[in-house]
Amino acid sequence: MFEKLSYLTLQEYWWVIVALLGALFSFIIFVQGGQTILNKIAKGEDEKDIIIASLGRKWELSFTTLVMFGGALFAAFPLFYAVSFSGAYFAWMAILFCFIIQAVSYEYRKKPNNFLGQKTYEMFLFINGGIGIILIGVALGTLFTGGNFIVNDMHQSHWTTATRGLEAVLNPFNVVLGLTLFFLSRAQASLYFLHNIDHKNIQKRIKAQLRNDAILFVAFFLVLVAMLFALSGVGYGANGFFVQKHKFLLNFLANPILLVLFLVGTLSVLYALFIALFKNSRNGIWFSGVGTVLVVFSILCLLGFNNTAIYPSLADINSSLTIQNSSGSFYNLTTMSYVSLLVPIVLGYIIFVWRVMDRDNITSDEIKSDTHKY
Amino acid sequence: MDSSLLVDLSRSQFALTALYHWLFVPLTLGLSFIIAIMETIYVKTNDPQWKKLTKFWMTLFGINFAIGLATGIIMEFEFGTNWSNYSWIVGDIFGAPLAIEGLMAFFMESTFFAIMFFGWNKVSKKTHLLSTWLVAIGSNLSALWILVANGWMQFPVGMQFNPDTARFEMKNFFDVLFSPVAISKFLHTISSGYVMGSLFVVGISSWYLLKKRDVIFAKRSIIVASSFGLLVSLFLISTGDEAAHQVALKQPTKLAAMEGLYDGARREGIVAFGILNNKRKIGEKGKDEFLFSFKVPYALSFLAYHNVNSFVAGADDLVYGNKKYGIEPASAKIAKGKKAVNFLRAYKDAKKNQNLQKAKSSLKEFRIYEKYLGYGYLNNPKEIIPPVAITFYSFHIMVGLGTWFLALFLLLLYFSMVGKVEKQRLLLWLGVFTVPLGYLAGEVGWIVAEVGRQPWAIQGLLPTKLATSQLDSSAVGITIALFVIIFTVLLIAELKIMFTQIKIGPKES
Ligand code: HDD
Ligand code: HEM
Ligand code: HEM
Repeated sequence: MFEKLSYLTLQEYWWVIVALLGALFSFIIFVQGGQTILNKIAKGEDEKDIIIASLGRKWELSFTTLVMFGGALFAAFPLFYAVSFSGAYFAWMAILFCFIIQAVSYEYRKKPNNFLGQKTYEMFLFINGGIGIILIGVALGTLFTGGNFIVNDMHQSHWTTATRGLEAVLNPFNVVLGLTLFFLSRAQASLYFLHNIDHKNIQKRIKAQLRNDAILFVAFFLVLVAMLFALSGVGYGANGFFVQKHKFLLNFLANPILLVLFLVGTLSVLYALFIALFKNSRNGIWFSGVGTVLVVFSILCLLGFNNTAIYPSLADINSSLTIQNSSGSFYNLTTMSYVSLLVPIVLGYIIFVWRVMDRDNITSDEIKSDTHKY
Repeated sequence: MDSSLLVDLSRSQFALTALYHWLFVPLTLGLSFIIAIMETIYVKTNDPQWKKLTKFWMTLFGINFAIGLATGIIMEFEFGTNWSNYSWIVGDIFGAPLAIEGLMAFFMESTFFAIMFFGWNKVSKKTHLLSTWLVAIGSNLSALWILVANGWMQFPVGMQFNPDTARFEMKNFFDVLFSPVAISKFLHTISSGYVMGSLFVVGISSWYLLKKRDVIFAKRSIIVASSFGLLVSLFLISTGDEAAHQVALKQPTKLAAMEGLYDGARREGIVAFGILNNKRKIGEKGKDEFLFSFKVPYALSFLAYHNVNSFVAGADDLVYGNKKYGIEPASAKIAKGKKAVNFLRAYKDAKKNQNLQKAKSSLKEFRIYEKYLGYGYLNNPKEIIPPVAITFYSFHIMVGLGTWFLALFLLLLYFSMVGKVEKQRLLLWLGVFTVPLGYLAGEVGWIVAEVGRQPWAIQGLLPTKLATSQLDSSAVGITIALFVIIFTVLLIAELKIMFTQIKIGPKES
């Protein structure tokens, strides 16, 4: 079945999968967002335990989605994986460290004799949700703004700045993207808690928190979209690479479906914030979840279609990466495409487990009677 | 930029992070099955004692699992960050198993983990049991795919070099998946995890018996774990034998190093115990290989090739060649490799200058010598032999310990069956002290596999020194320092928490 597709179609298919993983990741990082507002919406140990329990049943999903994102890039676009990870070495290492400390924190936070103390583990969670997410946003931003790398004809690459990727934080677009993602994750965390937790005081504080994060998110998002439309991108054709003004706006216009997804998604997120803040609804998370996935998906797709570089080189435009020059072989992509048929099964059991675990809302009684807790 | 320093640092960082990841993986592999077995007994018998047992081991499992995840994510990114040439040159084959692992195994593990730990009151007993089994199966599937990837590094199959992209491209996925090396690696490695899990349970339970506490709990745990341990130890030894057979067939240089063998011979014996003569270097015939050794006659020929008359090549044969047994000298391979490298360069240049005639003829020449491409990047024939001492001692420590573990399980099971295990204080102490030895055996096993593969990252095709990212060595130095700090801190935390939970012991639920 997949053998019949053209090489380019397969490459596009795989970019779509990567974009989908990125989109799902931006939704699931409400876990990280929640980690950063832990101390604001929970007062006292009991309330904190409730929040941690609510996040603790989901954190591995966000972690594993990140791992999967890396794995899918490696398998489908190995040159991107090789160039970006080694080039922006310090940026990726910093992200890694932010996730290493997350993985132990839930389990170790309250265990007796845990060496670092509960406060430190909570700080780890804060760093993971704060610096970790902002840096991931910055790293995603470089797909649009580019990196300082050169690739030779043996496809060996090197980076031309000594700061090794950390310079990306000086680019305003990257930073705005990072902050947008950060406030989005916090707003979604509040929406998730509203849905998931039965506790008067916590509910009240969530509302206040949500209002702040929602305002900041919307502000950054608007700036981000304006910057995105103004941004030049790198296109390519028979004569090689060239810089193109308003590349991403043009890509939207060339792919009206993506534009529709983007608009529907945006409205859906705004609607979620609206009903949560003004209509006392507890179901905002579903609308914002679907909306986030649609928006991020459409934005990432802008890179993979319409002869656009997925990773422009600032050092040498001809080294820029595209889905065509950085992908796995035809055979590899075909094989992997068969494997991708498992995705619906995986999503299926994730949804099943999610529903089982969230059938009842979390209350303080439940947490107290739990035999295993974080 | 000093590239040999960069290569050494990159290797050290990979070795550090992988050995650290491997401190936690085996227990996940083994303990998850032991817990699933215990919970199955609970569901069958409905005896709350078995539930208590299950939950206690599950707590320890969770503590170990968390740090396993923390270290796994490093491994995943490290191929890109530190081995970027590698990631491009072999990513077309190597990336696939890694991605499949994420999709098939990691999601299964981490999703059902939620039910296993937090679902006791939310789902039926049967669904809970199923989730526990799925976590066990998921973790073993992670092992499958990563070992397929590693097996391919030891014995690359199912691919072809594409000069235009300058990389190896996959031609047959099933050759990669069902490569005999991958299968043998998978079976040997998961069984080493099961042995580790059994040693862990046996060791902690022995300690309870020595302290005369939680006696029934400990005795039951010992029965389950030592029967499981006995079974899997037998399996471990037989898969280890198969692993060695595969090494003999596919990586003779590794085998020579594992056995400290310089002068090959027919009807070669195996060194059961020995001390290497470090004056004996490659090419110094006449000096003894060992200061002292105890050899089992014929055994190496038999184990390696399943025939006592077979010839086992030593390091000298492999470096200088051996006409009688048809072994080509390494210098000849290097000369051919250099040709391959040059024709590839000529092909690339001709293509750039659009000289199609020249490109075509260079490509044709390249294909003749292609097989030796990797050798073209070596300079000295002696390079093909991995470090002998570290490989030799690691291998012998592993095998010795494997034999001891078998004996331990046998003794513990015997005394449990005749009902006197709590009186065997010496044996119980041995059980306690064997837990760290289990970790040691696994770590040195990987050292055999990975140091023994040197100088290759991909056996025969890609030298390690060509595989790294072009980083400043100081950048790698900084990350190594950071890893050492964070690993030390997290390990202390993990051990303290683990020991505290063991002291607290099983609780009524
Ligand atoms: C509890 C741990 C443990 C024990 C007791 C043993 N092994 Fe092992 N061995 C491993 C744990 C391990 C491992 C960590 O799982 C390795 C590392 C790489 C691999 O594939 O498995 C390994 C590798 C490994 C290799 C190298 C494979 C390669 O280079 O690709 C050989 C030849 C053996 N083993 C053979 C044996 C034999 C003959 C044993 C006899 C008792 C034995 N092992 C016991
Ligand atoms: C978790 C168990 C593992 C351990 C403990 C381990 C150990 C090591 C060690 C000690 C080295 C350094 C060798 C040297 O420099 O002499 C090394 C290198 C390496 N290993 Fe492993 N390894 C493990 C699993 C794997 C797996 C599963 C893969 C591939 C899928 C792999 C790929 C590599 C690579 C790419 C290098 C660097 C290049 C090289 O030195 O050849 N390792 N490993
Ligand atoms: C050197 C290559 C390796 C890479 C790239 C790697 C990657 C990873 C990653 C990313 C995780 C976290 C999974 C998650 O998010 O759920 C992980 C955990 C795990 N890995 Fe590895 N791994 C390597 C070596 C190995 C080996 C050799 C084995 C087994 C034979 C193994 C077995 C596991 C298991 C069972 C887990 C589950 C968690 C735990 O360790 O307790 N890994 N690994």
